[in-house]
Amino acid sequence: MPLPQIPLRSGRMLTAALLLATAAAVSAPGAVSAQTTLRIGMTAADIPRTLGQPDQGFEGNRFTGLTMYDGLVNWDLSSATKPSVLVPGLATEWKVDDADKTKWIFKLRPGVTFHDGAPFNADAVVWNVDKVLNKDAVQFDASQVGVTASRMPTLVSAKKIDDMTVELTTKEPDSFLPYNLTNLFMASPAKWQAFYDKAEGADAKAKAAAAWTAFAADASGTGPWKMTKFVPRERLELAKNDAYWDKARVPKTDRMVLLPMPEANARTAALLSGQVDWIEAPAPDALPQLKSRGFTISQNEQPHVWPWQFSRVEGSPWNDIRVRKAANLCIDREGLKDGLLGGLMVPATGTVEPGHPWRGTPTFQIKYDVKEGQKLMKEAGYGPDKKLKVKTQTSASGSGQMLPLPMNEYLQQALAECYFDVQLDVIEWNTLFTNWRRGAKDPTANGSNAINVTYAAMDPFFAMVRFLQSGMAPPVSNNWGFINNPEFDEMVKKARSTFDPAARDAALAELHAASVDDAAFLYVAHDVGPRALSPKVKGLVQPKSWFVDFSPVTVTP
Amino acid sequence: MLVYIARRIIYVIPIVISVALVCFLLVHITPGDPLVAVLPPDASQELAAQMRAAYGFDRPLPVQFGLWFWKALHGDLGTSIASGRPVFTEVMRAVNNTFILACTASVIGFVFGVFFGLVAGYFRNTWIDKLATGIAVTGVSVPHYWLGMVLVIIFSVTLNWLPAVGAGPGGWAWDWEHIRFLILPAVTMSVIPMGIVTRTVRALTGDILSQDFVEALRSKGLRERQVFRHVVKNATPTAIAVMGLQLGYLLGGSILIETVFSWPGTGFLLNSAIFQRDLPLLQGTILVLALFFVFLNLVVDVAQAAIDPRIKRS
Repeated sequence: MPLPQIPLRSGRMLTAALLLATAAAVSAPGAVSAQTTLRIGMTAADIPRTLGQPDQGFEGNRFTGLTMYDGLVNWDLSSATKPSVLVPGLATEWKVDDADKTKWIFKLRPGVTFHDGAPFNADAVVWNVDKVLNKDAVQFDASQVGVTASRMPTLVSAKKIDDMTVELTTKEPDSFLPYNLTNLFMASPAKWQAFYDKAEGADAKAKAAAAWTAFAADASGTGPWKMTKFVPRERLELAKNDAYWDKARVPKTDRMVLLPMPEANARTAALLSGQVDWIEAPAPDALPQLKSRGFTISQNEQPHVWPWQFSRVEGSPWNDIRVRKAANLCIDREGLKDGLLGGLMVPATGTVEPGHPWRGTPTFQIKYDVKEGQKLMKEAGYGPDKKLKVKTQTSASGSGQMLPLPMNEYLQQALAECYFDVQLDVIEWNTLFTNWRRGAKDPTANGSNAINVTYAAMDPFFAMVRFLQSGMAPPVSNNWGFINNPEFDEMVKKARSTFDPAARDAALAELHAASVDDAAFLYVAHDVGPRALSPKVKGLVQPKSWFVDFSPVTVTP
Repeated sequence: MLVYIARRIIYVIPIVISVALVCFLLVHITPGDPLVAVLPPDASQELAAQMRAAYGFDRPLPVQFGLWFWKALHGDLGTSIASGRPVFTEVMRAVNNTFILACTASVIGFVFGVFFGLVAGYFRNTWIDKLATGIAVTGVSVPHYWLGMVLVIIFSVTLNWLPAVGAGPGGWAWDWEHIRFLILPAVTMSVIPMGIVTRTVRALTGDILSQDFVEALRSKGLRERQVFRHVVKNATPTAIAVMGLQLGYLLGGSILIETVFSWPGTGFLLNSAIFQRDLPLLQGTILVLALFFVFLNLVVDVAQAAIDPRIKRS
């Protein structure tokens, strides 16, 4: 059928309109700058808090903690092969009081100044401890307590000895304190006071809140990067701190711009289009494309564990060590890594892997050995005709959970070969966390005898103590399964009261080996913190840590 | 008229209270811990209880609602748990960004919708009609977020013409540095209103062209362009009314588009507040958006009453 004819005049109108419609096609001029700028797309939906104690977990510490601030104790992030260990930060040395093991003396680094020019000294340390622990202090800020106090469970107070010496007190002898102090960042009291003096408010509390809000928008720490521009939910711009006290860590890039990009595909597109130079957690499906276009994928084993935490309450099938060991032997972790996760995991054979100072020498070797697993299950009374029913509570998504559903379904199939009948109880991520704190005896466990919540293993308390010590059962901490092993309790006590670092690590290694030998968890995977970098970015050393040192990174203009 | 307006405003009061109550209850009955943003997952239950008390979440819900509503009536929507910033400031900043995006999308949707509608209606049953109608149907059918991603792949990743995400170098200004960030999300957001306006105007144009006055104009010897101008004049008010409704929807924000483009509007804010369980921010954002629609309806009611006295009498 012939199409109707269009009048010529109307055709011209149509052409003009189409030209108008296509006039939006424009090209973006790229601004040329002599300065070098590193632009990073974060996974966070908002800029992590900038006032000294970041939120948003360790991504917050990575981007707005360790960049602008220092702790008394810092992490060594200089090696990609060695475990990340503690190094002096704003304290040059520390030791526990021989007579009273609850008192620590920290010698402070001389000559350090905050970004606003105010000197760093003992008063600043006391002020910063008080901001989260002393409810009577004017600078006390409840919003910073949760993310800080939970990571320094035994610290009670700080006292000035002299300008360059402070005494920290813990509620019980605790050799883990130096690890805990990596989470307390030193903000400038002088800068805060200036905001406080100018703040308007009905009372001191309101003025303090206003001062913290102002401080967050114009922060001052002692770190290698200084805040230059802050647009909430849009961007944070940092400039290198030429006067940084550690000359080896003065940034090699002039500026760093941090952009929140919570959507993985959007982050990847931003990198591919050249809008950013570095993205955290690229979309897994895009890795081949990124690699083929010359982008670098950086990854390394992180102190992170993807486990099943067993219930050890009365009647739990996991109370039989043969069953726990069998589960650990029936998982093909290499298959999980290469088949499901595209290489983005490290198989877990414990909380920490060989080479780590806390590894120890466990006698139970976690590996893929279905025959041995089946043998153990048969010894425990199970077989093809009598499967063991177990139920695991997990989530469909969540920070650090990697790909929880596909991974759990993989475990479900793998364990079926060893006569397990696994039922998954999938709940929402935050609900799972809430349940985690409540423990296996709580009705919220919904009959589950294992829970799948990933955890960070940066320091001894969070890596082991909170799960293995009987006193850490709910409501105190995260011993969800109510593990009650006197041997573990003794080992924790010993590690906590051993103040020589090497001896403390040896005690922790004993504890770790014992926990592996006891198959305390179903150890599955460690995350690797993948990030994609433009070919212009050089010099990144990705350590075995949640954190990264941005100072040695360079960007070709 | 004043009595009518006063009566309408009085009617709004129970609606506002209901809206506040519903949005408060909705965010509180969802599972999860409201302190998840400031309390790490590995925090003990003991510390969680302390923090809950510090933020007042340990109080009975009616007390929490009463305190929150009383403050909200005084313009204080509280402080975001996650960011520590005042909720009112956060919401207003996001509303401003969504307003910019929605208005731009509306202009694009309106201009192209009217254009395609007029062309399709004027050249009814020709291939042009089919093309324009096809574009309209595609516009209302295609998933937003998918189209957004496709546009990003074409214009950002492949052609490298426009930025993929964000809202520019901070703070809004009508300069190229900012506008280039606006183009892709605005175009993505405009396709639905464009489709709806196209279909409306197409039907309207066909209807107008079949009316006697058009024949009369042609009989008077008016040129086709002049006749067309009359058709446009007659179709425009309805098109504007339809677009006005669409603008209302767009101002509510689009979680999907704003998330795909990391556009810091109300949708992006809501998404962030939901995932962080930031109850004060969630309550504040929902309340402000709900009140906006209540206000919009009030204005429409009053405007209709002003135009049509029969409504006032009823």
